[in-house]
Amino acid sequence: MDLSASSSRQILLPVRLSTIVASFALALFLNFLPWRDLRLVPDFVALVLVFWCVRQPRLVGLGVAWTLGLLTDAGNGVLLGQHALAYSLLAFLGVWLSRRILWFGPWLQALHVGAMLLAAQGVTLLVRLAAGDDFSGWQMFVGPLAGALLWPPTSWLLLLPQRRAAREQTI
Amino acid sequence: MDHTPPPFFKRGPAPLVRLFFFASLSLALLVIDARFRYADGLRTWLALAAYPLQRAATAPVELARAVGTYFSTQAQLVAENERLRAKSLAYSHDAQRYEAAQAEADELRRIAGARERPPLRVITAEVMYNGRDPYAHKLFIDRGATHGVRPGSPVTDESGVVGQVTRVHALVSEVTLATDRDQAIPVQVVRNGLRAVAFGGGASGSLELRFMAANADIQTSDRLVTSGIDGTYPAGLPVATVMRIERDAENAFARVVCRPAAGVDRGRFVLVLSDETVKPPRPEEAQTAKERTRRGRLRDKDGSVR
Repeated sequence: MDLSASSSRQILLPVRLSTIVASFALALFLNFLPWRDLRLVPDFVALVLVFWCVRQPRLVGLGVAWTLGLLTDAGNGVLLGQHALAYSLLAFLGVWLSRRILWFGPWLQALHVGAMLLAAQGVTLLVRLAAGDDFSGWQMFVGPLAGALLWPPTSWLLLLPQRRAAREQTI
Repeated sequence: MDHTPPPFFKRGPAPLVRLFFFASLSLALLVIDARFRYADGLRTWLALAAYPLQRAATAPVELARAVGTYFSTQAQLVAENERLRAKSLAYSHDAQRYEAAQAEADELRRIAGARERPPLRVITAEVMYNGRDPYAHKLFIDRGATHGVRPGSPVTDESGVVGQVTRVHALVSEVTLATDRDQAIPVQVVRNGLRAVAFGGGASGSLELRFMAANADIQTSDRLVTSGIDGTYPAGLPVATVMRIERDAENAFARVVCRPAAGVDRGRFVLVLSDETVKPPRPEEAQTAKERTRRGRLRDKDGSVR
């Protein structure tokens, strides 16, 4: 399936559904942590969503993204549909660019992901401006950039359950 | 010849089509939620689904806090105990004086023929987390409809008004802080009884008095308390202190910036006050039936929170 040279040389095990569910639960948990300044904290759900949309576009797509968005909206008490819209766009970009992104190394992948997260943040901003809110400062774009920086460690971590033991592979 | 693709290539509608579908669904929800508030039932169910995760997310912080308390030293505890004892002594003195004053006020009200003020019901709640929304100033508390919290109740801490309950779910409630751009509190200057309305200043974390005439009698370090004329906030709760007044010859109004009295963005425990009094009907409800239905519809659009 994944023949790119740089992203992973080894053949991965098929993904388990429980891994995907657990990773989303962990991301939601991280998002609900009482952070001090939320504008500087990356959106972990968005990051994990992009990862699974890029890696498993047939399993995780826009339906999952939309549901997660609604859950985030209700949990944070913001306008219902704001995150749903942003995550849908994110999932679309992830599924659409999944073939392209996997050809790059981790840091070039992070560049793509950063652009996608910024686009999602821009959609959120547009929705809020349309709803009559003020622009809340340029710090709000720090979160997506921090998310992009977290992409290489995140993808390494989320691929861990799919890797074979090194000895098994040499046989 | 049959040209249908083999089942291996069956992947449902194209991603772009799906994007349009979900985007329009989201936009429809946004409009419904922002304009008509029909989506509140759905929101309540989703909030209930998110509740276990929210609780789990606050657990490690609570654990760290508990561990920290466990390792606090003996000397610290002794000092803190002493401080608290002194504080409680001062408070008990104040409480005695308050009770005497309350009795006196009640008697005066009886003599003057005014209605007696029933006591407020107070629910103590713990702050769970701040809303993950840089545009609005909200926080979530661990008391909901099952504990008797009602939408519209004022929320205070030990030093003043924190905000107002705007949404009540089964187990959690959402409090809009006094510093939120859309929040307004009717206030009164303690020094001279001047009435005004304090609006939230948004990201700056301050409050603002709007529509104060440039020659209004207001000074820096004036204290503002709730006036109680809105029927939501009980009278006399500290709200803010005037920090800065900008009088500009170009504008008819002065710009008055105030610092909130309560720890709006800090503190762990808050009090939810609820007023049990039956309020007199609003003036418009005494008007003609036609007028009433029209206004009723308007009010529904504005939302149920007063």
